[in-house]
Amino acid sequence: MDFKGSDTIPGPRTEDHLPHTAQAAVKIVIVGGFGVGKTTMVGSVSEIRPLTTEETMTEAGVGVDDNFGSRTKTATTVAMDFGRISITEQLVLYLFGTPGQERFWFLWNGLFEGALGAVVLIDTRRLEVSFDVIGRLEERGVPFVVAVNSFPDGPRYPLGELRQALDLSEEIPIIECDARRRASSRDVLMTLMRFLHSLAMTGALR
Amino acid sequence: MTPPQRRRRRYPDQGTAQPPPKPTQAPKPAGKPSPAPGQEGDGKAPERLYVVAGPDGERADIDLVTLIVARADPPPSATPEQTAMLRLCTAPLSVAELSAYLSLPFSVVTVLLTEMLTAELVQSRAPIVRQALPDRSLLEAVMHGLQRL
Repeated sequence: MDFKGSDTIPGPRTEDHLPHTAQAAVKIVIVGGFGVGKTTMVGSVSEIRPLTTEETMTEAGVGVDDNFGSRTKTATTVAMDFGRISITEQLVLYLFGTPGQERFWFLWNGLFEGALGAVVLIDTRRLEVSFDVIGRLEERGVPFVVAVNSFPDGPRYPLGELRQALDLSEEIPIIECDARRRASSRDVLMTLMRFLHSLAMTGALR
Repeated sequence: MTPPQRRRRRYPDQGTAQPPPKPTQAPKPAGKPSPAPGQEGDGKAPERLYVVAGPDGERADIDLVTLIVARADPPPSATPEQTAMLRLCTAPLSVAELSAYLSLPFSVVTVLLTEMLTAELVQSRAPIVRQALPDRSLLEAVMHGLQRL
């Protein structure tokens, strides 16, 4: 465990420093509803302990949260956990786990626009929370794959049935995973990369 | 048991679902570069708060995964935030990591970095973003990297 000293700012541990040769980074966004396992997935593949970046938003407090009818502005802090995988001495991959609500996506400039692609993580117990996310990614032309995080108490549907329920185009990969396992989360990322590669081969990537 | 069914949005046929409101573009002042989607002036993007960084000026094009490297030791004139930032990025570090370690919102870090880039205290290494013509060798490099995990 680390802890904050009174006069020092916690920084990366020595082993968490990137090499000086690091020239550029790419990012992948893992998007899904609350409690679906985004941070678990980030943590299972990340080489650093997952970190949190925050953003503050203000909004008119009408009908928002518990500010019933009040016309004041409220400040909300929205957090996003992320992790890192060094690809080569020059290239770094960052993984961001972001809430499914689109209004939060604007808080981090270019979060989706610059991403290689996205993983939509879904929980079969609350499938409908993913509907909006999928629609938004389709509209924005962000390539994505769907990963079904297996919860022991979640209903199990055949993947074909899920594909139909999510109204996914045929080419969009959908796979089951266990976000707690590194190999399984890695496979999800590989599925996304293979999908992106196939889009690149066919020139379908916008 | 049947899972619940998503209805895909189809705008042209004006089905049962209302299409979401399109973000309204605020008129841009002439001669200025157009901001990236989601920046202020978008009408749809929530306002950001600036506490540490003071009044907002022009901000450099900084992404969460822009890598930042210190160019110099903190000068005597450096603010505490600048000093902390320079100590953190003696080796390359992403803006997201800076935001996390400094416990400052991303937008505040962006404003601080804009000043520091102008003052040539730090240099930035731009991220590789998704493009119309994707770089297959980049995708392959990422795949090879993941395979080694």
